[in-house]
Amino acid sequence: MRTVQLRPRGLGSRLVRRFLPLATGVGMILAWYIIDLSISQDRRFLLPNPGEVARAFVEKGPALWGAALNTGGGALLGFGAAVSLSFVFALALSLSPLVRASFYPYLMILQMTPIIVIAPILILWVGPGLKSVVIITFLICFFPMVVNTTQGLISTDRNLVDFFRMCKATKLQEIFLLRVPSALPYFFTGLRIAATLAPIGAIVGDYIAGNSAGGQGGLGFLTIIYSSQFQMGALFATAAVGCLLGFIFVAGVIALSWFALHKWHDSFSRSDA
Amino acid sequence: MTSGSPPPIVELKGVDKRYGDGPLILDNISFTAERGDFITLIGPSGCGKSTVLKLISGLNPITGGTIVVDGLEPSKAVEKLAFVFQEPTLLPWLTVSRNVEVPLQLHGMPAAERAEIAKRSLSLVRLADRADYYPRQLSGGQKMRVSIARALGGSPRILLLDEPFGALDEMTRDHLNEELLAIRQQSAWTAFFVTHSVAEAVFLSNRILVLSANPGRLHSEVRVDFPYPRTAETRESPAFQKLVADVSKILRSVENLHP
Repeated sequence: MRTVQLRPRGLGSRLVRRFLPLATGVGMILAWYIIDLSISQDRRFLLPNPGEVARAFVEKGPALWGAALNTGGGALLGFGAAVSLSFVFALALSLSPLVRASFYPYLMILQMTPIIVIAPILILWVGPGLKSVVIITFLICFFPMVVNTTQGLISTDRNLVDFFRMCKATKLQEIFLLRVPSALPYFFTGLRIAATLAPIGAIVGDYIAGNSAGGQGGLGFLTIIYSSQFQMGALFATAAVGCLLGFIFVAGVIALSWFALHKWHDSFSRSDA
Repeated sequence: MTSGSPPPIVELKGVDKRYGDGPLILDNISFTAERGDFITLIGPSGCGKSTVLKLISGLNPITGGTIVVDGLEPSKAVEKLAFVFQEPTLLPWLTVSRNVEVPLQLHGMPAAERAEIAKRSLSLVRLADRADYYPRQLSGGQKMRVSIARALGGSPRILLLDEPFGALDEMTRDHLNEELLAIRQQSAWTAFFVTHSVAEAVFLSNRILVLSANPGRLHSEVRVDFPYPRTAETRESPAFQKLVADVSKILRSVENLHP
């Protein structure tokens, strides 16, 4: 029998797929050098070339990694607090449309209020340093977590709910054996959004409220120092470390959701690979 | 009925049903089911045949009349009944055997005991080798068999099946019909079955109740006397074909009552 191949799927295409991102990366670094060299000598300090950024990495290494640890710790604490509290909150919101109607507008207000304005208030309330960073991260991560988890908890398959009622399941059994597990895919969607936001939140928090606490400060604090000293290479390196932190968070969440979902949920099936 | 015979397992007397202030769905439905009956309800869509099952199950309250299930009112007889829905309604995050255990778990049965029952139920539907699979790894017919195994786990005296094979292809459906009857040989229960397929109704049941619509009324009853066990050959016999044609005719005449 003749088989018709609709899409190339062999070894070649896999190699191409590995190679493509690498090629674009090399291309972009080349373009970066070219742009840098085409800028007039007296303004070239505005754009450090990749070599200078790499040098900054080595020179500022200890400071950068220490700051990354501080920021990462703050992000993790705020993220963790947002995840656990949002779960409790979502459970309450899922209980009735009335509860949702009474609280949703205020959740929206919380989400719409610019963090940059809340930060100075927080500094006055709880003082600068880790506490403020954690609270700011929490505020940024909370909303997407609550919204997604609540949506998951109220989207349980109607037929499954009927089946549980027919079995005379108690309300608690219905929540923890049916609604919570079936909300997991939604929960992880929220988790993934929050994971990209957490390091950003922690850096912003650190930028505004992280310093002068006696500690070493995080990536936000380094940003203030390097920008005041016009250390462009170091600023680029700081940005790269922040980016790496984000990748670590997202990779962690993807790994978690893989463990929780891959056996039963279609999102990890190979049909679309 | 003589005074010595056992009481009917299910008895409906003058049952009416309406939802809220809505129109009458069921009007004065009366019939009795003896132990071991396989009763199929057929009728045009909207005749309330699924509603009859829901009333017997106690999931919905009746508006008028009485229903007695094994000497009790329906909502108190929950543990004697099991429901098989149109959809398999399996929990996708649980393995096949854990799915079968769910109703037992909800009633607080210890884990070891319910694992034993799940094993037995699954071998009844010949899916013992799929115990550790997840629902998405099964075919539509296999999922429905798990759903039946789950219903049988609590050793029900009455099985309510609401178009369980409606979404399956004809081959699978015929096959599962044969299997359902084979299972019934091993574990005695009284069945109430809803379907749109006359052939399925004739093959499975010893009694077919034909309902008319708007409102749902009991139109007639057809007795099916082919002896059990019935097999694929039963389906091919001229007598079977004739009865399917006759019941189809009745169904058409019922549908023409309210065109």
